[in-house]
Amino acid sequence: MTTTEARSKGRKSPEIVDMSWDPITRIIGNLGIYTKIDFANREVVECHSTSSLFRGYSVFMKGKDPRDAGFITSRICGICGDNHTTCSDYAQQMAYGVKPPRLAEHIVNLGEAAEYMFDHTIFQDNLVFVDFCEAMVKATNPGVLARAERTAAPRGDIHGYRTIADIMKAFNPFEGEVYKEALKVSRVTREMFCLMEGRHVHPSTLYPGGVGTLPQPTVFTDYLSRLMRVIDFVKKAVAMNDDVFDFFYEALPGYEQVGNRRILLGCWGAWQNPDVVDYRYENMNTWGKAMYVTPGIVVDGELVTNNLVDINLGLRIMLGSSYYEDWVNEEPFVTHDPLGNPVDMRHPWNQTTVPVPQKRDFDEKYSWVMSPRWLDKRTGDHLALDTGGGPLARLWSTALSGLVDTPYIKATGHSVRISLPKGESLPETTLEWRIPKWSNTIERDRARPYFVAYAAAMALQFLEEAMGLVRAGDTKVFENFEVPDEAIGCGFHEAVRGVLSHHLVIKDKKIANYHPYPPTPWNASPRDKFGTPGPYEDAVQGQPIFEENGPDDFKGVDIMRTVRSFDPCLPCGVHMYVGKGKTLTTLHSPTYGANHG
Amino acid sequence: MTAHSSTTEVSGETGRGEDRKGFDEIHILWISEGMSCDGDTVSLTAADQPSIEDLVLGLIPGLPKVNLVNKVLSPSLGGEDFLAPYRAAARGELAPFILVIEGSVPNQNIIEGDGYWTSFGNDPETGEPQTLNHWIDQLAPKAWAVVAAGTCATFGGIHAMAGNPTGSMGLADYLGWDFTSQGGLPIVNVPGCPIQPENFMETLIWVLYHAAGSAPPPPLDHMLRPQWLFGKTVHEGCDRGSYYEQATFAADYNSPKCLVKTGCWGPVVNCNVPKRGWMAGIGGCPNVGGICIGCTMPGFPDAFMPFMDEPPGATLSSLAIKPYGAVIRRLRGFTNELVNHEPRWRHNKRTLTSGYDPHWRP
Ligand code: SF4
Ligand code: SF4
Repeated sequence: MTTTEARSKGRKSPEIVDMSWDPITRIIGNLGIYTKIDFANREVVECHSTSSLFRGYSVFMKGKDPRDAGFITSRICGICGDNHTTCSDYAQQMAYGVKPPRLAEHIVNLGEAAEYMFDHTIFQDNLVFVDFCEAMVKATNPGVLARAERTAAPRGDIHGYRTIADIMKAFNPFEGEVYKEALKVSRVTREMFCLMEGRHVHPSTLYPGGVGTLPQPTVFTDYLSRLMRVIDFVKKAVAMNDDVFDFFYEALPGYEQVGNRRILLGCWGAWQNPDVVDYRYENMNTWGKAMYVTPGIVVDGELVTNNLVDINLGLRIMLGSSYYEDWVNEEPFVTHDPLGNPVDMRHPWNQTTVPVPQKRDFDEKYSWVMSPRWLDKRTGDHLALDTGGGPLARLWSTALSGLVDTPYIKATGHSVRISLPKGESLPETTLEWRIPKWSNTIERDRARPYFVAYAAAMALQFLEEAMGLVRAGDTKVFENFEVPDEAIGCGFHEAVRGVLSHHLVIKDKKIANYHPYPPTPWNASPRDKFGTPGPYEDAVQGQPIFEENGPDDFKGVDIMRTVRSFDPCLPCGVHMYVGKGKTLTTLHSPTYGANHG
Repeated sequence: MTAHSSTTEVSGETGRGEDRKGFDEIHILWISEGMSCDGDTVSLTAADQPSIEDLVLGLIPGLPKVNLVNKVLSPSLGGEDFLAPYRAAARGELAPFILVIEGSVPNQNIIEGDGYWTSFGNDPETGEPQTLNHWIDQLAPKAWAVVAAGTCATFGGIHAMAGNPTGSMGLADYLGWDFTSQGGLPIVNVPGCPIQPENFMETLIWVLYHAAGSAPPPPLDHMLRPQWLFGKTVHEGCDRGSYYEQATFAADYNSPKCLVKTGCWGPVVNCNVPKRGWMAGIGGCPNVGGICIGCTMPGFPDAFMPFMDEPPGATLSSLAIKPYGAVIRRLRGFTNELVNHEPRWRHNKRTLTSGYDPHWRP
């Protein structure tokens, strides 16, 4: 890239400062980011990401009744627990050979659509946008704010803000209009969720074999009326996001390099097509491609595969910098998949988790996170795939595959078109997300509101089909099954922030092995045994610094924007100190803030 | 009443301090670095009756000014800036404060060497991770009140289940069930996996009225739960109760009838969710098609597993419902008593007794 060349020409002798963020606020789970920053050349030279929490699901699920797995694994995540229950039920349905009734699939799909809408909204508007709000931009790039005040917002006719700076003001925490409205929208969308899945965040009505949700017309009417109440908010969010992100590229030439990494995206697919899915492993490529978000692995802009069987067989769990004992000498649980393909010892089906708590050492072992990788058979590389925060990989994979073609969503091979109906104040609207040039911070963030629109559009389709069934008297939502003595299963799904898989082995009707892989281990993984950094580390390492402040009043906003763009469970807050904990920065800290410092 | 927990009288409660002036301002130091999913904090943001904004912006009359410090919600700086109030409180320079713990407390005593199960910030001198246990040891003795948010923090929950490697336990197992805070209160336990948003908010607000000097301490039962929220059983508030009464039971989850034969533990579980709904009256458990898995209970999850089978003893009581009355109440009381106990392996001793075996094979 031109900016990189320009930077390498005029290099000065480095002036390196250690900086770390630990604990990161506004995130679920414990994340720390440790960096070395070269202030002379204004770039990050090194980054380590660490997680300081172990919980041990794969350990304590052993020996339990497999039907309990969905109830237990929900508790892995306090924001997307339902994604885990759903994924666990997919894996169990494969193991039990049971296919839920069509209405149950629609109800699960509607729950998941509400979850995506809720979670992406609260994350983007209440957390990510704090980094792009007026107060933050003023404190980090005053020149950019001055320019934003002079720049008319191109899509003002949709969202109603005159200038880019007006939008930035609406993002100010607790005071800005968008910030406040997003909090309310996040409650309405959670009510939609509870209508389908009973409780948020750990659902009460999901079972392997279907749901218990009472499929009365009222449930669907209550969902629809709430969806229509937020549909214009969704359209406006896309327009505002586009305005702000386009402006950033324009105001700060070279900003595309912030958080940029090689295009290495993974998506495991979301929303089953009830007419195609049968949960049989042997047919997984077929029903995988019928999902309403198409699974896929995208390397350097090219679709490597959208076969779930290939995706499954390529999974490798690496150690290297993590606090665990290796399991290579254990006896494998699964030597071949149901199609007769060999299964690797480093595959989740064969993993044994043995925690070894120890001291944190950045040259050795420094994290409770392991390093999931995907083996690219063409090259033999163990790829550190990321999820682009979820939406970037989902849209990219769906667009390239060109398979989704529904009344509201169409994948074109290079874009995804999303049609939303008329709302209270805005007309029927078609949005188009086009494959971007980079897998960077801005494009990860931009994809998010588009995916909220995508989820809203899919919800409309699921509602229509579900109500059709109910009106025709087809209200069956659960199918009985027997737990077999021995079986294996795998579930592939998308948690809000990206790929989610559950791998299950049953022996003697008990769980012999169970390994859930959510998106954050992919994104937040430390260096693996080959020394390959994980995606946060890779995206931050080498990124330029655009913040106008010098080392003494540095806030690190460009780095925080990058880490947050991956949606590390819940947004990260800013915490920054230098050397021995000297705090360098303060933002606005309105209502929730600590006033003791 | 069938539930043990409903028997304590408000007037019989401990910890009613002497006459004192209330506080005008109070800090809430919330630590979610226990073994948890942070789902209790997320759940709290769903509360709308009242909302967290209402509380923090001072829109509830009669409360002290509240300074909430919570990792997930904090729009302020993270790291040392975020930790500053915790460090000040640990030095005794920040008072009064309510300490809220989210997540179960792992057993650090079973680790040899410098490892840790979960940490919260680094030691400013050494740069080494500071454990959750370190913070509890520092802060609990200085707290005006201590609140456990969610079943993990109250009783240990999922992370303390059989076979766990971390020796996790609830806060009262760690601090002692007779722990008393600076304000003369026992630990206030608000169970739920996760907390029902309004249940938690309401309890917190009662504690804050007490801090303001305008209310007695919240009435708690023998497991330190707010009586008015956990004094009745799920069953007593369930929409499907009349089916139970008529002995018409669902054979699978396709039915609007009573779910007891498909795994519902409602008759012996202390929880108000079917009555109150999940948020703004919407959702819930047996009322909307979910079996009650006892997620508010000390025995959760082990005492209720496998979840999807009929609870032992349910046949007896569901067969016997015709001769209503004392017999049933006695039987239920017995089971309620059983599930109102934590498993023995939740403790802070030097050995791990959860049955942990990473190499387990059937
Ligand atoms: S569903 Fe559960 S709580 Fe409701 S009546 Fe039946 S046993 Fe009681
Ligand atoms: S599962 Fe039972 S205890 Fe848990 S919230 Fe539902 S009704 Fe209450």
